[in-house]
Amino acid sequence: MPTHAYVPHAPGYVDNDGPKIITKRFPLEDSYTLERSEATGGYAGLRAALDRTPAEVHTEVRDATLLGRGGAGFPAGIKWGFLPPGKFPYYLVVNGDESEPGTYKDRLLMERDPHQVIEGCLITCYALGLAQCFLYVRGEMALAQERIARALNDAYAAGYVGRNILGTDFSVDITLSWGAGAYIVGEETALIESLEGNRGMPRLKPPFFPAAIGLYGQPTIVNNIETMSNLPWLMTNGAEQYKTYGSETSPGTRLFAVSGHVRRPGVYEVEQGVTTFRELFYGDNFCQGIREGHELKMFIPGGGSAPWFFPEQLDFPLEARPVGAGGSMLGSGAIVVMDETTDAVKAALRLVRFYARESCGKCTPCREGTTWEERILQRIVDGEGRPSDIDLLLDVADNISPGPYPVAAHPDAGLDAIPFPPRQTTICPLGPSSVAPITSTIRRFRHEYEAKITRRNSIAVSAGSVEVAS
Amino acid sequence: MTNTEAKTTLSVTIDGEVFEARPGELLIEACERAGTYIPRFCYHSRMKPVGMCRMCLVEVDTGRGPALQPACMLPCSDGMTVSTETPGTRKVQAGILEYLLINHPLDCPVCDKGGECPLQDQTVAYGPGESRFVEEKRHYEKPIPINDNVFLDRERCILCDRCTRFADTVAGDKLIHFMDRGNNTQVNTFPDEPFASYFSGNTVQICPVGALTARPYRFKARPWDLDETVSTAWTDSAGARVAVQSSRDKVIRLLGIDSDPVNWGWLSDKERFAFEALNSDDRLTAPLTRVGDHLVPTGWSTALERAVSLLSDADPDRVAVIGGARLTNESQYAWAKLAKGVIGTDNVDSQLADGLDPELVLGLPRATIDEACTPGGTIILCGPDPKEEIGSLYLRLRHAVVHDDARLIELTPTATGLSPVAAHSLHPRPGEVADLARALVEAANGGPAVSAAGVSAEEISSAAVAIDGSVTIIIGRASLAESADCVTDAALQLAALPGSRFLSALRRGNIHGALDSGLAPGLLPGRTTIEAGAARFADAWPSTPASRGLDTAGILAAAADGRIDVLVLLGSDPINDFAGRPLAAAALETVPNVIALDMLVNDSIAMAADVVLAASGATESAGTFTNLEGRISVCRQRVTPPGTARADWMIASEIARRLGFDLGFDSVESIRAEIAAVSVVHSGLDEKALAEALVDGLLIGGSGDIMVPGVVGVSPSAHDAYSLRLVASRSMYDDGVALRNSPSSRGLARSVTLRLNPTDFDKIGVDRGTVVRTESAVGRLLVPVEPDPGVPVGSAVLPWAAPGSPANTLIDPFSTVTDVRVERA
Ligand SMILES: Cc1cc2nc3c(=O)[nH]c(=O)nc-3n(C[C@H](O)[C@H](O)[C@H](O)COP(=O)(O)O)c2cc1C
Ligand code: SF4
Ligand code: SF4
Ligand code: FES
Repeated sequence: MPTHAYVPHAPGYVDNDGPKIITKRFPLEDSYTLERSEATGGYAGLRAALDRTPAEVHTEVRDATLLGRGGAGFPAGIKWGFLPPGKFPYYLVVNGDESEPGTYKDRLLMERDPHQVIEGCLITCYALGLAQCFLYVRGEMALAQERIARALNDAYAAGYVGRNILGTDFSVDITLSWGAGAYIVGEETALIESLEGNRGMPRLKPPFFPAAIGLYGQPTIVNNIETMSNLPWLMTNGAEQYKTYGSETSPGTRLFAVSGHVRRPGVYEVEQGVTTFRELFYGDNFCQGIREGHELKMFIPGGGSAPWFFPEQLDFPLEARPVGAGGSMLGSGAIVVMDETTDAVKAALRLVRFYARESCGKCTPCREGTTWEERILQRIVDGEGRPSDIDLLLDVADNISPGPYPVAAHPDAGLDAIPFPPRQTTICPLGPSSVAPITSTIRRFRHEYEAKITRRNSIAVSAGSVEVAS
Repeated sequence: MTNTEAKTTLSVTIDGEVFEARPGELLIEACERAGTYIPRFCYHSRMKPVGMCRMCLVEVDTGRGPALQPACMLPCSDGMTVSTETPGTRKVQAGILEYLLINHPLDCPVCDKGGECPLQDQTVAYGPGESRFVEEKRHYEKPIPINDNVFLDRERCILCDRCTRFADTVAGDKLIHFMDRGNNTQVNTFPDEPFASYFSGNTVQICPVGALTARPYRFKARPWDLDETVSTAWTDSAGARVAVQSSRDKVIRLLGIDSDPVNWGWLSDKERFAFEALNSDDRLTAPLTRVGDHLVPTGWSTALERAVSLLSDADPDRVAVIGGARLTNESQYAWAKLAKGVIGTDNVDSQLADGLDPELVLGLPRATIDEACTPGGTIILCGPDPKEEIGSLYLRLRHAVVHDDARLIELTPTATGLSPVAAHSLHPRPGEVADLARALVEAANGGPAVSAAGVSAEEISSAAVAIDGSVTIIIGRASLAESADCVTDAALQLAALPGSRFLSALRRGNIHGALDSGLAPGLLPGRTTIEAGAARFADAWPSTPASRGLDTAGILAAAADGRIDVLVLLGSDPINDFAGRPLAAAALETVPNVIALDMLVNDSIAMAADVVLAASGATESAGTFTNLEGRISVCRQRVTPPGTARADWMIASEIARRLGFDLGFDSVESIRAEIAAVSVVHSGLDEKALAEALVDGLLIGGSGDIMVPGVVGVSPSAHDAYSLRLVASRSMYDDGVALRNSPSSRGLARSVTLRLNPTDFDKIGVDRGTVVRTESAVGRLLVPVEPDPGVPVGSAVLPWAAPGSPANTLIDPFSTVTDVRVERA
């Protein structure tokens, strides 16, 4: 089997030379079956956990500094520690709603190694002393749903899930839920609402985070699929071993889903903090460069909600802290690469439209502001822009995200980076996410906006129109 | 910050001034108390905040630098610093308003809300001068009806979640909801399911824009043309406080007033739209006298002359008065004085066999609504469905159960509107609620749980365990097909629960004022009896009755027997309201002379009245109202009565004068002064105290001279296997004369069905909708049947006063229970 190549039965996954913590079974064709999982060490992590006390398991995870992979990058071990003692029952909710533009790694984890996900859930439940887990899978992911469901049935039958797991007095039920097609339900409190049977709209936090008041009013831990998938390996090999990969603040590996104008887009398991964007885009065992005859114009380093980066940021390591200080985030690990053929204004419009359509409508600035942004951008792209529109766009965005918005440095223009995160007048970060493409592109490519607007004016004048844009 | 637990106040700096906030107080409230108004749309003080509109964002610093925070979601903390007027805050406020306006139609000139619109007002105060939005606005079909009375204009809606939150969390009728997402988010009903809520009018009142409008007020007036008066709702006994608004001497809108001990600003639609009946074209504008089969208008002196001659010719013992709950306290007192003091009859009853023994209501220790709703307390419902009968009380009780951890135990013949939130719903067989109460109390007091009244020992024992904390028992008539004695006995059993108090759920308007005014056999005004209280009336009244008279059932039986010569219907309609239609009909056919005081011609008047004296309505005369707690609040005159209609007390005074006695009243104040003088319990009722208690009313406490009656010892006859035991319970909308005259409510009475447990269907051999002959010892009805698992096996439920099929046709007022044979017609 060649190293670093696409794996035909795992579409989009590139088997690279690096260490493998969570994709080790991907190359195996029947990796999703219980038989293959067991034959390759499946559920060994669960057994290792059950041999220890819950507190020891929790400590191991805390020591590993396992950062959440859902977007915010919060250390899982610390989040688990927020459960208020004695307020039983607790719930675990596992977030498989993956819908961030550009992101498609959780889907692969569910399709290729559902037992690893289930095992991770069980380890978490054991560590936290809880008996009920909800696994929420995005509505559109039919294959992932099928594989997770089958794996769960098999795991129940084999005694890994249910009453008295592996003969111990540890019992857990895992309940599957499918989403109904809304990006916002990936936000943890909206997901909880959805699980409760309500319309998927975020709750305001503070005052209450899910760990204090979550599902059905009970303390609830919400973690991402990839976060869960790390736990079996971590239990089998220990935090010490885990920390030998990656950097000090971001240990271990991460899945990056690269799309756009690279030669070999795909999902890569990459050591955090060690590899740089440049290596990822140009490295031979990774994306192998920008497509033939073209050069990098810009890239989104961490999912549609992240402010954009440019060639100057290529040498940033794939590590949460420096990227945050550099004005963006690693977010969900989705990287969108755009070459010089990309129209910055149109690209911004594309993303802004996504947020406008996916806004849940709960709070005013996002419900009204994102659509307004979209309509102004659409006008500019259609040649109907007015010179005042750029300032208008920035001000409309400022009412969603007041003050300086995170953005990458622009050394040629003498502009520094503004670090992540943005401020918000909204309830959740969805609204402010719509601002990222706008401020990123206006700061860098204002001339592209102006060109579209001036062209419009010149057309209007040359047609002898009396209509003067103002 | 440090030791906030120990402190009773928190220091918050609001725009540079230090203010002492209460622990747990929301910043928006603290700022308001400090005199700083923070603009808002979604926040409503009587609902959980949702932080959706973002209008209340202010800069808050809790030690980590200033950040924008929604003041409606943020509890105050010690040392918090708030800036409500910084450029940052101002910019956000203008920004939010601009957002709200970009898709708002700005059709203020044709919008009912114009002039009282928070969106208008806050735009003027905080908004941008002009819009930068050049695109086409969002469009929806203009107002769509979401129920029979309420219209929704989605273009005007700012999606504040007030209406939807009210429907869900306050009313418990989750029938309106957000649909679609993002910019297309809209409020709507579910397909083919109207917003069928008894409380829908509240959404119109709290909508911060003109998106929700209600039929009775639509396009009727502009807010600046309205005159407004604080008053009290009159259609049930909650005594909800209202603002009565009129334009050109006509009442056109009622709004709920936030009275903390009573209705929190909410009203049932029945209360809210009841004024329509007062505006009815059929209102009596002059007295009527009977000429052959017809009642024809006449002048006051002719009518009064005729009434007085009937009364002066009659032996006082052969005169009877039925009704009085519609009247103000002052009119009730005047009528008590006229009937008992001047005419000299004690055959006076304001209840129509649909109430309770007055001595039970007045004698038991009483609870206020607040006491009943004590957080963590126990509420035992041994009475009617509050959702159907006393809407404002239902909302308070529901809140206590859902949001304040009170536990509700129902001892009701069928499921109620509160059953979905009740901890325990025990449904005794009709007539046997006292047995259930005894079993429950024994189990609660540590005895063994035994099954009773068809309820299992397990159910009783688990309900008994739930009885804890303050205990309030709500008593009233869950079914008018069983006698009031059943409730008396049950209440006396429940009184053995330690610390228990009682809240009356008698529902008829000012019925508690009527009982306090002595409009019941054996009673005198001020919670006293003709024996115990006579001396106090020696100066003010010419005489007091020597012996106890008849109650309504007794009066009607005597009338049917030819022993009553003059019957006065004081705003009552025995044919429809008395629990026993055959007897009421026989009485009205037999009694030679009937004098009625009313606003509209009801069925009893049409059938039997000789003289009808036109009375003024609740918004047309001044006075006070006593609610089910014994709370006295003012009713003020807002408009002039139609034609020559006049207040009931004036009519009493006039009749007394023509009978040769001066009641001594020239104003409601003069009547109140006499009440305060003769009644021990009303001694604190003075004009100053009343004025100071304008919003919350004055609570009249104590039992006066009334003693709790003894156990009746009801024992219903054995139940034969071929019959079902009838439950007749009221619903919010029925065929009452007031509702018939309210265009908004007229169509809302549910079509009548006899509801049976599905298991009884096979026994009788019927399907849903089969028309059955329902026959009791005294009457029969043809009605379709409907399955209802909330009805216990062996019971049959019929709505009271349903159009065309009056349940009282089947009822014998002297029997303990009503058994019916149900067969295919
Ligand atoms: C708009 C929005 C969308 C999100 N979508 C996802 C998602 O699809 N999957 C996910 O795991 N987390 C998503 N998140 C992050 C979750 O709220 C939450 O932080 C995460 O599931 C926690 O898991 P972790 O701690 O393991 O990362 C989203 C957050 C926001 C604000
Ligand atoms: S920011 Fe947008 S998605 Fe988030 S709660 Fe507000 S409207 Fe909903
Ligand atoms: S209809 Fe009125 S109350 Fe309801 S959400 Fe819209 S603006 Fe708010
Ligand atoms: S009033 Fe606070 S967010 Fe609406």
